[in-house]
Amino acid sequence: MSLRRWSVTLLAAFAALVTIAPLLWMASVSLMARGEAAHFPPPLWPASPTLENYRELFGSFGVGRFLLNSILISTLATGLALLFTIPAGYAFAKLRFKGRDATFRLLVAALVVPGQIGMLPLFLELKAMGLVNSYAGALVPWLAGIFGIFLVRQYCLSIPDEMLEAARIDGASEGQILRRIVLPILTPIIVTLALYVFLSSWNDFMWPLIILADQDLYTLPVALAANSRQNVQDYEIMMAGAVVTTLPVLILFLALQRYYLSGLLTGSVKG
Amino acid sequence: MTAAGRVGEVRAGWAMSSPALAAILLFFVLPAIASLFLSFTDFDIYALADIGNLRFVGLQNYERLVENPLFWKAMTNTLLFVAVGTPFIVALSLFAAMLVNSRWLKWRPVWRVALFAPYVTTLVATAVVWRYLLHTRYGLLNYLLSLFGVPPVDWLGSPTASLPAILIFVGWKTFGYNMIIFLAALQTVPRELDEAARIDGAGWFMRLRHVTLPAIAPTVLLVSVLTVAGMFQLFAEPYVMTQGGPAQSTVTILYFMYEEGFKWWNLGSGAAVAFLLFLCILAVTLVQLRLAKRSGAI
Repeated sequence: MSLRRWSVTLLAAFAALVTIAPLLWMASVSLMARGEAAHFPPPLWPASPTLENYRELFGSFGVGRFLLNSILISTLATGLALLFTIPAGYAFAKLRFKGRDATFRLLVAALVVPGQIGMLPLFLELKAMGLVNSYAGALVPWLAGIFGIFLVRQYCLSIPDEMLEAARIDGASEGQILRRIVLPILTPIIVTLALYVFLSSWNDFMWPLIILADQDLYTLPVALAANSRQNVQDYEIMMAGAVVTTLPVLILFLALQRYYLSGLLTGSVKG
Repeated sequence: MTAAGRVGEVRAGWAMSSPALAAILLFFVLPAIASLFLSFTDFDIYALADIGNLRFVGLQNYERLVENPLFWKAMTNTLLFVAVGTPFIVALSLFAAMLVNSRWLKWRPVWRVALFAPYVTTLVATAVVWRYLLHTRYGLLNYLLSLFGVPPVDWLGSPTASLPAILIFVGWKTFGYNMIIFLAALQTVPRELDEAARIDGAGWFMRLRHVTLPAIAPTVLLVSVLTVAGMFQLFAEPYVMTQGGPAQSTVTILYFMYEEGFKWWNLGSGAAVAFLLFLCILAVTLVQLRLAKRSGAI
């Protein structure tokens, strides 16, 4: 029994190591001196670790600007998504209004349609509104999050109706009920949703690539992709760029993984 | 409930849902429908400058696409990604889930989070990392293969190796997500069932085929549908790793749509590609659902 226990655990440890090896390698190469990684056999550790690549990245490459853009766009996207989806999700779960169920069925059906289908017309629409090449243009898709509404609705269904009725009898307005009673109950799912939107908008690539033309507005992934199509030889600096791009979301996920994984299951299995 | 209270509830219901519904209508539904109309026009860089140059051309965009070899290349590449990638990724995810679900496993949460981690990383960043891992001369993968006497593979430079190379990356990036879904399903399979089969002398593969798989069939379908949809939407991977090459072997439908629309500014033709992509995803999803219904999985 004990042998079995160790062999299974060893196998899992090996699989885990293979899986995170590319990430470890990325971090290791980012600390190497210029040109060090381009050798055979490829070195696993830097001979003398240096932060020179990061210094150059924030100096001559101006990565600080892209980092700021990414933080700004992801934070605003998260705030706006919460503002739009939480009241809607609650309304679809708990408020009885005509047309509610039909509308919700349409929303669920729309989940099959990938966002990329409407990308070209959306670009033209935003061009007519003067939002191409602006932060606002990059934020627009995050307002229309059907998945978020769905997630909040699922969670709201478990709130007992009696609780809301009691508040109504006490004379609370619908807005007050949402703010004072429902929001505190929703805290876990709000964290989940916020985390989900922040990570998705941070990692998003195709839409910011299309809508942001000025280099000053680039997010980290767009800037990294643009550079990677040019500086193919500079291993170490590209790895430092990859670390700066992916470390923030990785840390955020590790800190809040419980919320992320529970949301994933609400969204797929139970749905 | 008083009549006034009901009116208040109805009003609040619309007030709370209408901002989100308006955004969805304006920025999701409208563009998706407009895509169909756009595909019947010759919207190009001239129409972009002056809308007066826009003409209605009927099915001409579709006719041109059918005659365009690069469109067919993108179509076959994408279907190849779907056909090869889906079973590969579903199997990889299922094995990972079964490993993590094993009752003999110690420190389960640690392995689970490590295996899931690639999924939350930034796609563009890890695509850049993998481009170097797959480097012909200095890449770690070829070095490991050389230890087993395998000659260097030109992963991203040869038209036959580029698709497997990208699939290895996509599999690495996404299997953790499917693994979590499989794990949730596996936890509902009673241990006694597996144990009884073991006592009856069923081997590992027999138990997988006759106990585990039938019990989680709906989840296998769900994960397959999600993976197929994901395979149809590959874009950043070829954009960063191969730029569609070599010999256009990694031009996907979405990559083709992007170039058609935003590189050459043929928005009418790009919209036609988008609409065909939608039809493909819809068709494959419906077929999978029908197959599942027939076999009684759902």
